[in-house]
Amino acid sequence: MSSNSRAASLFDPALIKPAIVESFRKLDPRVQIRNPVMFTLEIVALVATILMIRDIAGGAKGIGFTVQIVIWLWATLLFANFAEAVAEGRGKAQADALRRTRTETVAKRLLNVGDMFEQVRAPDLQIGDVVLVEAGDTIPGDGDIIEGVATVDESAITGESAPVIREAGGDRSAVTGGTRVLSDRIKVRITTAAGSSFLDRMIALVEGAVRQKTPNEIALNILLAGLTVIFLFAVASIPSFVDYAGGAVSIVVLIALFVTLIPTTIGALLSAIGIAGMDRLVRFNVLATSGRSVEAAGDVDTLLLDKTGTITLGNRQATAFLPVRGITELELAEAARLASLADDTPEGRSIVVLAKEKHGLRGMEMGELKARFVPFSANTRMSGVDYEGAVIRKGAVEAVIEHAQSLGIGKMIPPDAERIANDIARQGGTPLAVSKNGQILGVVHLKDIVKGGIRERFAELRQMGIRTVMITGDNAVTAAAIAAEAGVDDFLAQATPEAKLKLIRAEQAKGKLVAMCGDGTNDAPALAQADVGVAMHTGTAAAREAGNMVDLDSDPTKLIEIVAIGKQLLMTRGALTTFSIANDVAKYFAIIPAMFLAFYPQLGVLNVMGLSTPQSAILSAIIFNALIIIALVPLALRGVRYQPSSAAALLRRNLLIYGLGGIIVPFIGIKAIDVVVSAIGLA
Amino acid sequence: MTVNGWIQILIFIAIIVALARPIGGYMDRVLQGERTFLSPVLGPVERGFYWLAGVKPTENQSWWAYGSGMLIFHLFGFVLLYGLQRLQGMLPFNPQDMGAVAADLAANTAISFITNTNWQNYGGESTMSYLVQMAGLTVQNFTSAATGIALAVALTRGFASAESKGIGNFWADLTRITLYVLLPMCIVLTLFYVWQGVPQNLSAYVEATTVEGGKQVIAQGPVASQLAIKMLGTNGGGFFNTNSAHPYENPTALSNLVQMLSIFVLGAAMTNVFGRRVGDERQGWAIFAAMGVLFVVGVVITYWAEAGGNPLLTAVGVDPSAGNMEGKEVRFGAAMSALFAVVTTAASCGAVNAMHDSFMPLGGAIPLINMLLGEVIVGGVGAGLYGMLLFAILSVFIAGLMVGRTPEYVGKKIEAREVKMTMLAVLCLPLVVLGFTALATVLPVGLAGPAAAGPHGFSEIFYAFTSGAANNGSAFGGLTGNTMFYNSTIAITMAVGRFAMIVPMLAVAGSLAGKRKTAVSVGTFPTHGGLFIGLLIGVVLIVGGLTYFPALALGPIAEHFAMLAGTVF
Repeated sequence: MSSNSRAASLFDPALIKPAIVESFRKLDPRVQIRNPVMFTLEIVALVATILMIRDIAGGAKGIGFTVQIVIWLWATLLFANFAEAVAEGRGKAQADALRRTRTETVAKRLLNVGDMFEQVRAPDLQIGDVVLVEAGDTIPGDGDIIEGVATVDESAITGESAPVIREAGGDRSAVTGGTRVLSDRIKVRITTAAGSSFLDRMIALVEGAVRQKTPNEIALNILLAGLTVIFLFAVASIPSFVDYAGGAVSIVVLIALFVTLIPTTIGALLSAIGIAGMDRLVRFNVLATSGRSVEAAGDVDTLLLDKTGTITLGNRQATAFLPVRGITELELAEAARLASLADDTPEGRSIVVLAKEKHGLRGMEMGELKARFVPFSANTRMSGVDYEGAVIRKGAVEAVIEHAQSLGIGKMIPPDAERIANDIARQGGTPLAVSKNGQILGVVHLKDIVKGGIRERFAELRQMGIRTVMITGDNAVTAAAIAAEAGVDDFLAQATPEAKLKLIRAEQAKGKLVAMCGDGTNDAPALAQADVGVAMHTGTAAAREAGNMVDLDSDPTKLIEIVAIGKQLLMTRGALTTFSIANDVAKYFAIIPAMFLAFYPQLGVLNVMGLSTPQSAILSAIIFNALIIIALVPLALRGVRYQPSSAAALLRRNLLIYGLGGIIVPFIGIKAIDVVVSAIGLA
Repeated sequence: MTVNGWIQILIFIAIIVALARPIGGYMDRVLQGERTFLSPVLGPVERGFYWLAGVKPTENQSWWAYGSGMLIFHLFGFVLLYGLQRLQGMLPFNPQDMGAVAADLAANTAISFITNTNWQNYGGESTMSYLVQMAGLTVQNFTSAATGIALAVALTRGFASAESKGIGNFWADLTRITLYVLLPMCIVLTLFYVWQGVPQNLSAYVEATTVEGGKQVIAQGPVASQLAIKMLGTNGGGFFNTNSAHPYENPTALSNLVQMLSIFVLGAAMTNVFGRRVGDERQGWAIFAAMGVLFVVGVVITYWAEAGGNPLLTAVGVDPSAGNMEGKEVRFGAAMSALFAVVTTAASCGAVNAMHDSFMPLGGAIPLINMLLGEVIVGGVGAGLYGMLLFAILSVFIAGLMVGRTPEYVGKKIEAREVKMTMLAVLCLPLVVLGFTALATVLPVGLAGPAAAGPHGFSEIFYAFTSGAANNGSAFGGLTGNTMFYNSTIAITMAVGRFAMIVPMLAVAGSLAGKRKTAVSVGTFPTHGGLFIGLLIGVVLIVGGLTYFPALALGPIAEHFAMLAGTVF
């Protein structure tokens, strides 16, 4: 995985400088209006500035306090912009790297006859054009290989330096514009128009140019705008109340109170959290076509996982030699080893390895044996060797028995051979019979090896309330055995694309959100139906179009991490919202007594923090309000710590940290700032 | 504070807890149109009404149809009640020859009664004929209460149903609640009050000669029947000016207990109806528990404040052992007056058995805060439940993200539309309360109202608009409300407090009803445990507290600390 090479430190100096410039550029009201809380802040900051200028022009005394408030109002706004700019900057750095790879390519467009081609500029290619790409050429656009096979360097997209094989037909026919063919030649039919290719989309995505607010973000913005209006009522009514009580309160102080009350903290960090969430996915080499799907990932209830490659290692391995009665295990192991020496399949190699590990059998390579190797064929369903007159075969149980009967002169088929084979099948394994000169020696147990640690992962998922369903083409008996070993909650055996689609619909009808990954064209309907469909980058163009995420590493296990990233994004948003609102309690206790002390001295009791002067109290509250944004930027970008556990446990923990913490922290923070402010004589 | 006082408070709480489930079960059956033990008698009556009105009770109305039906119904209610007041001089059942009620007062009163507020800028025995009391005010007491319950049930249907276009039938809900719930219970309660000594007649007022030889006019009337629904429907509009402090409207300690119980019983039972509708009664108990905690804390503070007496009076030699008895009836004492005050303001009833104006600053602050929180502590019948459910939506939305899923409540995703409508509903209360209070505290017409000076005068104004917006109707007292300014502003406040909240609330119901129900797993935000109860309480207090802290600081809080410092205004 290449995520390390792409990771940038949180506050890379190279990112900070442009971010600071960007913070000022973002003061443009046309940018701010997208965020109601910050737009409100900008308006009141402007009003406060005008009042300050009027006071200065009028030669008012004691203007220092007003000037400081105004400075901190603008600082709050700049800090918010800075948070967003840093988050965007990290994406931009990646986008620039991608853009450098998108050099002007010249395509070889094939004419209707033979291998004749004309040279055209890549952007001029039309959908449906067929181009020839030879070793050393850059593929001019996204498309499907219609002829040939080639090794392709896709490091520009995936960051993975090892070349991959792409070939016509099957599930590995898609190629991406901007990648380079290393060997051979292929013909590619262009499937996307220039400007909307995968690379273009990826650049736009990481850059945040096409970033739209996600549904949850929109809802949260409405809540924050609503709270802002409530606080507007609360603050705007104060002058009349104060007037009734025979006092007076300055507009700048009211503005300070208003700004500290409105949820500036979460308002400032909201878009940074969203950008950082997408960014985490990109760093993880997963591209989401929309933020919506990242949110949906957090909500997933059911994960459909392919057995092969996700739950089990890709290949079966020999785990035991089970001789029939009258044969020793060593005899069986020796015969099985000989039959497999020339067998290059992973299964064959695993038999050799097992014989060596269990019985110390080694030496004697094929060359020294002067043996004749009989390769596997679909017809015979066996492979083996003819060696010094001995005929050794291994293969499917029925095939080997048939072979033994055809050879066996009066030799009995051992009755326990079939029993052993059935036992193995029941345990989810594949039995492989071995015979020598028509004599059945025993059965080799080939087993699907469940990946290490996967059982624990599934247990974690269960704790999070996520159900896992294993999808496999195996029969039900085998599937059940593997499912039990891997600890999945359910399985779908002999799965066809239709069966997958039906399963997804059934789960959704029960009110569940389903995530799955797939690569083949026949996965496309299910990918489209699933709430989160992760297409493998190696998959077909159809699959990539149907899914709402693409995994550049083509690693189906990542589905689990994608869910975690989605959850982390939502949790970060919730935690900072809670924190922001809880903060208001302390701010009231700082400002209310300061505001009313002049005419109701008894309200000094509410000054529980013992802030030194009314002016210092108000100033400290507004400084805290600004600084907390900067303090929380790393948390917004990194996301809150996420441990898989039940919702009740997560809620308890987060409410304690961000709810209760959100009430307590500002009391301490404001007091500390007050000590500093009065010590250096700011107020 | 006395042991006796606490025992009485505990008895009250125990009875409410015991009644919530059985009555909730009965109401749920009624509201689903299922058979109950009263069906043989009332079924034909119910069907008769539908036939007369041409209503199809099985028609599932959209939130829009449900809401418009409700609004049109109330428009007619307003016209009827306004007309009756204006024309009462020409109409029968008027032994005292009451003249037409002034236009602004009549409009204020009409809005007050259709909104379940029962703010009274009039004195019942000196303004209203028996016809207006019976056919006007009492009728609205029934329908406004039934409407509140109907609306709450519509919202619970929104949570309960899946991918449905409708939220029930307003006409059927209204008919069923009135017929099967309110009427039977009121008949029983009326008989009980008559037994306790409450008058129920149409006689002229009686003139009596006192022991000292003075003349005294003793008011009469159909009191018991109006009293029953005034409490049960959390209306609170007294037959007499002094409301349930009047010996004819609340003669005994027993009648006092039953009155308090009937204020709370339907509101408490509604939480159980909610639980049953969403298929998990624990959800209802969680809402009930959140309300319960807020209620008990309020009772403790108020009782503590009232039982302690006024330190300024103690300093000049008044015996503090009975507590602060100014404005209280001796037959109820500090404990039952404090409990009544908390019950009536928590539940948006507004009936009083003591004068809240005379409470200690903190004792009077609790009724005020109960209303400011949006009448969600049991609340008005139905209104309390839908108010609290809106807060539940907010709580889930704010903190629900912290479990790593987009927010959901009882199987329904909370999205932009729900948040928008909930915020609109939550916004309307501070808008009118703070807006009109700000207006009244600077305009001379407003400043003419309060009787007291200083922070207490501010509290009187603040309390009046709060009571109106929260549809409570209790008066702090002291404020001269029957003026053009207060009649009109409080009328607007009441209408906004009721309808500006209901319409977005119904939109939430409609939006929720159309959604698919999501499955519950251990990854789902659990909304039936102590954690959620605590969160809900926290959100109610923080939202309410943040909105009104400046106003409260300038009212009761300033007054309290001034009193401790020995400052008077």
